[in-house]
Amino acid sequence: MHELSIIQSIIDTVETEVTRKGGSYRVEAVVLQIGTLAGVETGSLEFLWPAAVQNTLLDGAECQIEIVPGTAVCSDCGTGFSMINYFDPCPNCRSHLINVQTGEELKIKTIELCAQPADVPATATN
Amino acid sequence: MCATCGCAGDGHQLKAFLPGARPRSFAGLKLSNSDHSPANSELRTANSELRTANSELRTANSELRTANSKLVVDIERDILDKNNRLAERNRGYFEAKNIVALNMVSSPGSGKTSILERTLADKGREMAFFIVEGDQQTSRDAERIAAGGAPVVQVNTGKGCHLEAEMVHQAIRQLQPTENSVVVIENVGNLVCPSMFDLGESKRVVVISITEGEDKPLKYPDMFHTSQLCIINKIDLLPYLKFDVEALKTFALQVNPGLEFIELSATSGEGMNQWYAWIKKQQTASHFSK
Ligand SMILES: Nc1nc2c(ncn2[C@@H]2O[C@H](COP(=O)(O)OP(=O)(O)OP(=O)(O)O)[C@@H](O)[C@H]2O)c(=O)[nH]1
Ligand SMILES: [Mg+2]
Ligand SMILES: [Zn+2]
Ligand SMILES: [Zn+2]
Ligand SMILES: [Zn+2]
Repeated sequence: MHELSIIQSIIDTVETEVTRKGGSYRVEAVVLQIGTLAGVETGSLEFLWPAAVQNTLLDGAECQIEIVPGTAVCSDCGTGFSMINYFDPCPNCRSHLINVQTGEELKIKTIELCAQPADVPATATN
Repeated sequence: MCATCGCAGDGHQLKAFLPGARPRSFAGLKLSNSDHSPANSELRTANSELRTANSELRTANSELRTANSKLVVDIERDILDKNNRLAERNRGYFEAKNIVALNMVSSPGSGKTSILERTLADKGREMAFFIVEGDQQTSRDAERIAAGGAPVVQVNTGKGCHLEAEMVHQAIRQLQPTENSVVVIENVGNLVCPSMFDLGESKRVVVISITEGEDKPLKYPDMFHTSQLCIINKIDLLPYLKFDVEALKTFALQVNPGLEFIELSATSGEGMNQWYAWIKKQQTASHFSK
């Protein structure tokens, strides 16, 4: 179950980033790009997310995943095609010598922060 | 991290078996686990009630504020960035000392430790080997290796199902491998997870035994896709089993057309010389590949 390590790495990166910005921010969302060939079960990742981010700066943040489909270019005939598995041959010449172009992404794209006041405001009392 | 609850305690432990020294545990390397006591959970409940109240206030408050308090920050960074950078550091260390570092991956029981035992028995006097053993529990594999006299550090990953670059970094600091040596990292027996984690190895070696199915490369493509050598082990059992070695190779080449193969038996010793020749080739190759 390496999805937990994946989430842990995301927490580390995001916490470092938010701390570096200084001030007080709430992380509202984390946008990930995950390729279909990246070896990550996005289902388990989403399932584990809420519990894994508890008591971190990402507590309550939404995990948005952009799936990147696999594409390749055949090294033998130059045909570009979409692929699902590493063993998918070139549809034109059946070669397995292919260059994967997309689908191996495993990236944190953006994070959405919400500035929050350092103290609870006094405006509520009047 | 703790896989049971997702807390961020890093539970891995190291134990060194260095010749001339008694086995030592490095307590300092075991980071403390988080506190799961009931008192703590009461505190958490209270705390979460406070948080709810607080968040209501915040919601009210945020309505008063303008929309520009929202901030989108571009990160554009690999999720495994930290592991990858640590792996590059390990790689730099290995290259500087002209060390061949091999990351052995396989499903549980395909014979990684047996191959290493035989390798150390046959070549341990000729080449300097330093071993890192990765297992979830126990130091049984490290004890098997230590019995053959090679310096070895056992990394127990606990619930973790793979080694990461940081664990190898710590193990290497204990091992202190010499120049021109061979470092073999036996990863946790698991055909899925270790494939994503670069350890800084020079070459990745996937081991499959003929008691597994020929179609393993199609079912677990990532491991075969990211390896440079495929060892087909337990060929002494070929007469007793229906296993099509050529089919296995065909499938593996579909996933990775550059993959090399060595067929051997750790038990009978057949084919082991090809493996030793392959290691020697990596040693000479590393002299020129910089
Ligand atoms: N017949 C035969 N049995 C073997 C061979 N190599 C290993 N075995 C047996 O396979 C079993 C597992 O071997 P190990 O070397 O412990 O396998 P491993 O890959 O290190 O296992 P984990 O560390 O648990 O993943 C043992 O019972 C070995 O004796 C071989 O070449 N032929
Ligand atoms: Mg073993
Ligand atoms: Zn996993
Ligand atoms: Zn894992
Ligand atoms: Zn083609």
